[in-house]
Amino acid sequence: MIDFNTIVTAIDSFLESVMPHQLAIVVECILAAVCALVAYLSFAILMIYMERKVCASFQCRLGPTRVGKWGLLQVFSDVFKMLIKEIIEIKNSDRILYNLAPFLVVMSSLITFSCLPFARGLQVLDFNIGIFFIMAASSFGILGILLAGWSSNNKFSMIGAMRSGGQMISYELSMGLSILTLVVLSGTMQISELTEIQTKGWFIFRGHIPAIIAFIIYIIAGNAETNRAPFDLPEAESELTAGFHTEYSGMGFGLFYVAEFMNMFIIAGIASTIFLGGWAPFYISGLDTFNHIMCYIPGCVWFIGKTLFVVWVLMWIRWTFPRLRIDQVLVLEWKYLVPIGLLNLLIMTICVVMGWTF
Amino acid sequence: MSINLIIFSGLAFMMVIAALFAVTSSKIMRATTLLLFVLFGTAGLYFMLHYTFLGAVQITVYAGGIVVLLIFVVLLLGKGSVDVTQTSMRRYLAGTVTAMTGMIITIYLVNTTQFAQGTVNADGVAMRELGLALMGTEKYNYILPFEVMSVLLLACTVGAILIARKK
Repeated sequence: MIDFNTIVTAIDSFLESVMPHQLAIVVECILAAVCALVAYLSFAILMIYMERKVCASFQCRLGPTRVGKWGLLQVFSDVFKMLIKEIIEIKNSDRILYNLAPFLVVMSSLITFSCLPFARGLQVLDFNIGIFFIMAASSFGILGILLAGWSSNNKFSMIGAMRSGGQMISYELSMGLSILTLVVLSGTMQISELTEIQTKGWFIFRGHIPAIIAFIIYIIAGNAETNRAPFDLPEAESELTAGFHTEYSGMGFGLFYVAEFMNMFIIAGIASTIFLGGWAPFYISGLDTFNHIMCYIPGCVWFIGKTLFVVWVLMWIRWTFPRLRIDQVLVLEWKYLVPIGLLNLLIMTICVVMGWTF
Repeated sequence: MSINLIIFSGLAFMMVIAALFAVTSSKIMRATTLLLFVLFGTAGLYFMLHYTFLGAVQITVYAGGIVVLLIFVVLLLGKGSVDVTQTSMRRYLAGTVTAMTGMIITIYLVNTTQFAQGTVNADGVAMRELGLALMGTEKYNYILPFEVMSVLLLACTVGAILIARKK
């Protein structure tokens, strides 16, 4: 497998040789930021195209076919349309907060995105508290939604934002609990280490029953965190027009749209990192030839493949289940998922202490 | 000028400006949002000192918790756009006296305390050490504050349920 650390070190030593140390650090920061942004946007485009095609095939349609081959240029033309739209200024709205809100949402998802490990050594942020930092960074995206809803000076937006707030704060809890279950199993929070351990077997197999329960809880909570059906109350179009982003036009709306799709990608990325091994290839102990062949497939292919698989599962859920009522959403979280999550954490701790894991 | 100094000045400048506007802003919603930037700046300082755990806690608890709670309270009260500037002379006076006292105490303490030299390495404190210290029962371990805190939170939860429950 390619170790990207060697490439990064080579770039670093090259920059150090042609310019002073401090300037080299600045240049490296800018390079990393540009790479992260380009990856973020390319995945956003891929996600929007995939959503349309998957949705179409679930509804026995073809999806976009006209613009470009297989409708490949449809997303680009949509972005162009969004860019030339008029930016509407709302009367009696709080102009500063109204313009700030989409950036808070995108900032949160971009910071979380840069923690994802695409291959060995190919990740922007790698702290010793990695997974906890992801939780922290994704926790303030909700502020952007609340501010957007309030500053639009619109009752529909306000209701959507309040629903979104209640829902996201609640489901963050069971998401944290399921991640904690896996941290108990792995004994580390650093993302690179988490994946390195899984080159000898993915956690969903090594942790068996508690890990599978945690995975299911994580998928449900992740779906709720991204405000997608069956948890799409915050933007329920038949009741609230479009929820918290009703009053946004042009790129203001575009940023919310991109952030929503990328949050789904990030949720899937974290799921594949902590449950399905991240960039670690499939490993069965004993079958050495098989493991050796699997290692020839590059790490980013494994990671992106697993992530897109989880994304596909999320889309399948989205186009299959009807929307829940707000009381059903809260009952599901507080009466079922949190107690099950706590119990599951206990079971996992017992398994690890007794050595019942693989 | 080193990069650390530049980043520190940037963060400090952002925090001071945001704090000033948070205090002088006439709308409570804007003040809350500006407070968020002060808290982000503090988290940035912790990250600069390689104290990543405290930085992440700062973001989770304050930015993702307290500020969201504040905004929720403001929204539920429906007073988001109310002008909160006070004109009463007594309040100005009381505020000034409190702020000055706080500032004098802080400056006095900063000038008289002997700060220990930092010994944290570039990787920060290991998570395992932190966890063991929080749960340890020996000297300089924190099991008692940890448990007292959990009792306090339990009391808050019970109180909230008691208030919110229908008769």
